[in-house]
Amino acid sequence: MIPAAFEYSAPASLDEALALLSAHGDEAKVLAGGQSLLPLMKLRLATPGHLVDLTRIPGLNRIEQDGVPSAGDQRIPVPVASRLQRPMLSIGALTLYCQIEESTLLRQACPLLPQTASAVADVQVRNRGTIGGSLAHADPAGDMAAAALALDATLRAVGPSGERWIPAAEFFTGFFTTALAPDEILVEMRVPVLEGWTTTYRKAAPRASGFAIAGVAVCLRKGPDETCQEIRIGVTGVTERPFRAHAVEDALRGKPLVASVIEEAAEAVAEGVWIAEDVRASAAYRAHLARIYASRAIQGARDADTPGGLSTGL
Amino acid sequence: MTSEAPVKHAVRVQVNERQYEEEVEGRRLLVHFLRETLGLTGTHVGCVVGECGACSVLLDGSVVKSCLVLAVQADGRAVVTIEGLERNGSLHPLQESFVSRYGLQCGYCTPGMILTALDLLARNPRPTEDDIRHGLAGNLCMCTGYMQIVEAVREAATVLAGATPDLA
Ligand code: FES
Ligand code: FES
Repeated sequence: MIPAAFEYSAPASLDEALALLSAHGDEAKVLAGGQSLLPLMKLRLATPGHLVDLTRIPGLNRIEQDGVPSAGDQRIPVPVASRLQRPMLSIGALTLYCQIEESTLLRQACPLLPQTASAVADVQVRNRGTIGGSLAHADPAGDMAAAALALDATLRAVGPSGERWIPAAEFFTGFFTTALAPDEILVEMRVPVLEGWTTTYRKAAPRASGFAIAGVAVCLRKGPDETCQEIRIGVTGVTERPFRAHAVEDALRGKPLVASVIEEAAEAVAEGVWIAEDVRASAAYRAHLARIYASRAIQGARDADTPGGLSTGL
Repeated sequence: MTSEAPVKHAVRVQVNERQYEEEVEGRRLLVHFLRETLGLTGTHVGCVVGECGACSVLLDGSVVKSCLVLAVQADGRAVVTIEGLERNGSLHPLQESFVSRYGLQCGYCTPGMILTALDLLARNPRPTEDDIRHGLAGNLCMCTGYMQIVEAVREAATVLAGATPDLA
């Protein structure tokens, strides 16, 4: 299993990479860690004519707390201006899963990202795969997408006509499809520092691939008396794209966070959603797992001390 | 594009502390580069789609699946394969412990298991059984059953804890 022939470039700057994408149009494909793209190319499910490898571009692999935007960022219009008033974390698109997993800053300021990164595939993939690659690839079972949605992240894309910010909620548009134009590159994800929130990520996944049959990321802010003040839930693996489970969120807001209430609310996780069916799970089984894992993830976030992560044995 | 002569890219890569310079096609996978171009057949090819871990090697000190890396991406970097673990004619403690604990049968998965265990022990010199199982989750073995493999890694951890850093 060898990929079809392609031209390969490893530009040293973002501008050079953008020029290559513009020159090659639909034929070009961006390569980051390659942990998702290369298998597809070997199976000839993807046959790009030109591969633009971003991994030699400096500055895209970093994790920063960005209360004050760095000089370069001040020019960038951010539609959600109020967000910048709060402390923000900036994660470069080429940051590796293993760096997210091990980041002391993220463990304190945004534990959902390390929790989710540590549930991705296996150590080999985590050593090589990037967060930007994962988001831009938009696998319907991508783990980081669920976290980005639950965190209400904002994604920065650069293209020939400049930069723009895309809310995670508008980023995943369909099966392996995002709001990125073919000549745009995802360069950064921003998330707020989480104060007073607890988080977790849970997924059901077969051992060999580690791809979620159902994965649920939760950000929860508890009110007085163990009630749910605010909650955001990102779901992956269930349908053609990762999505926010608004129905469950609405059902929980203001309610006591007891098991019976959570389980009942979690029933709505896949309501109105087309459920994927494949060799790993029938639609009914997948919907069942989505409800169970939604309930477990919410309870995990409630208990806060429960570590997130992977459930296998399927 | 099929009829044209393929464009080749220069790859300068250190493998097991030896420098190599070769010309490769963009689509050449690191695993095939190691095995076919350099003749280092200790790195095995299993699934070739990133699910079995048989092709695991260290790239700049971190374990990766060499079937999920292009050879061109290794340009300027350092690779360690199973052939690079022996020192002065002696096997690495992980290799020794896989033998003494019966951590292999056919041996197909073994180079990948050992390189992955090496990465694990470098980050976590005193792993629990859970740490070992979690660390080896990307490496599949069809014959041994994982008990002996876990024991082999645990034994090597003990040996390495008392050994010179040069071996680690
Ligand atoms: S051969 Fe590379 S993971 Fe199976
Ligand atoms: S020893 Fe045969 S596959 Fe592991």
